Amino acid sequence: MGQRERTLVSPVGGVFRGRAVVMDAEDVRRATWRIAHEILEHNRGAGHLVLVGLQTGGVWIASALAEVVRAVSGTDVPVGALDVAFYRDDIGLRPVLPVAATEIPVDLGGAVVVLCDDVLFTGRTVRAALNALSDLGRPAVVQLAVMVDRGHRELPIRPDYVGKNLPTRRLEMVDVSPEGVVLGDMVSPGDMVSPGDMVAPGGLVASADRAGLEGEAP
Amino acid sequence: MTPRHLLSVSDLGLDGIDEVLRLADTFVEVGRRPIPRVPALRGKTVASVFFEDSTRTRLSFETAAKRLSADVMTFTSSSSSLNKGESLRDTVLTLEAMGVDAFVVRHSCAGVPAQVAGWLESAGGPGAGGPGGQAGSAASVLNAGDGAHEHPTQALLDCFTISRERERRFGHSPARPAVLSGLRIAIVGDIRHSRVARSNVIAFSTLGASVTLVAPPTLLPPSLAGWPVEVSHDMDAVVAKSDVVYLLRLQSERMNEQFLPSLREYTATFGLTAERARLLGPSALVMHPGPVRRGVEIAAEVADSPSSVITTQVANGVAVRMAVLYLLLGSGAQVGA
Repeated sequence: MGQRERTLVSPVGGVFRGRAVVMDAEDVRRATWRIAHEILEHNRGAGHLVLVGLQTGGVWIASALAEVVRAVSGTDVPVGALDVAFYRDDIGLRPVLPVAATEIPVDLGGAVVVLCDDVLFTGRTVRAALNALSDLGRPAVVQLAVMVDRGHRELPIRPDYVGKNLPTRRLEMVDVSPEGVVLGDMVSPGDMVSPGDMVAPGGLVASADRAGLEGEAP
Repeated sequence: MTPRHLLSVSDLGLDGIDEVLRLADTFVEVGRRPIPRVPALRGKTVASVFFEDSTRTRLSFETAAKRLSADVMTFTSSSSSLNKGESLRDTVLTLEAMGVDAFVVRHSCAGVPAQVAGWLESAGGPGAGGPGGQAGSAASVLNAGDGAHEHPTQALLDCFTISRERERRFGHSPARPAVLSGLRIAIVGDIRHSRVARSNVIAFSTLGASVTLVAPPTLLPPSLAGWPVEVSHDMDAVVAKSDVVYLLRLQSERMNEQFLPSLREYTATFGLTAERARLLGPSALVMHPGPVRRGVEIAAEVADSPSSVITTQVANGVAVRMAVLYLLLGSGAQVGA
């Protein structure tokens, strides 16, 4: 598992080659439990709570948090998904196409919205998400939960709930999934050891856009 | 590379059409939001340049551009300097000099959008020396209907309507990208004068449908060589076995000679009358690009029946045109034949 490679259908191209496992599946599960408890503690329960995952890497995190919230508080909280492609500030600088659907099941007016994402990096995706949210309704509060905060912020944005603070170099890549968190690099397909090292693209195609973003050169 | 212009539906190819339809799905969702607008094309200017009357296409394009937060410039030939003797080329280059990113062009002559694209590519102006450092303006041209040549966005919204309505009504979710595979589509009426028919024949057959044209011989083009279609003059037989019956308007304004004995005879032979509509299959769709002449090509009660998706076509037009504008101006995506 330490040497994972995955094909990314990324606009920037290349293949992710993992170098170090930072969290394993059990660590991710424990972090999810802790964050869910923190959300309930901070907001004094699950009233008006809506968990919104950012497409695509944040969607499974929102669902996982909702499961724990249900187990702990007995409340079924609504889970939504948000694609921020049309709100990005780099339209025209690089190819930007929506990767998946936006689906918000409830009216956000007065809601306590927790945005969920896998990796917090420059903060530009979250900025786009905040603008998108304001077009969808007027939440009472918006909070941010991320599995990994890797630093290098370019905007005044901070997370409310963090799975792990992970110091990184700017050009490194972070891959987050329910199976764990891996730190690595993007390599061009020509530099791959052998095609057999690649994991089939199915699982990661959707996170390509995001991965390209989080590791993109400044 | 990204296509600069949309002059013909064949500029997109199968994958390009598929990309437009998928993008249109996301814009349908945007249209349902309390604030149906995204900032994707902020700072871009779209000029709608119509040298021929239009209601739905023009409003649909302008609504699409506004919902993408682009600025919209509106040009109408009747109130322009064309009346003072300015040439079409000078009019276009004047607009270009004001900084236009996309021209949506309609003209009664076939080939005008392509001609405009050629002028822009060899022009100077603020966009000159654009991407790749080549001379000429970087503006895109979208064909909103040129003579009896093509109307590509109409064809795209028709494909979108057929595929998504069949999925919504009957649960048919076909394999992408050829989402009309196996469908039998009849295009009925004034094929000869119809740009909608030309674009739709290309789009429907690219997406895998088999197309039958139904018309009196006088309203077929002089030659159908190279068209991937069958021709029939038996409306009853075609209606009974078609998944989609697509009716065209009789374009009396383009008919400079006697093409028909009378409108009543046309309606009796080729119109979708109430009696003939009973031959339609349970999952058949009835379509029309508008404007509808009730009682001529389609009976009023058929146009308002559950099989009719005429208003859905109009509603989908905005989302599909948003997809096309975003694809050409914003996405930087690689599509095209």
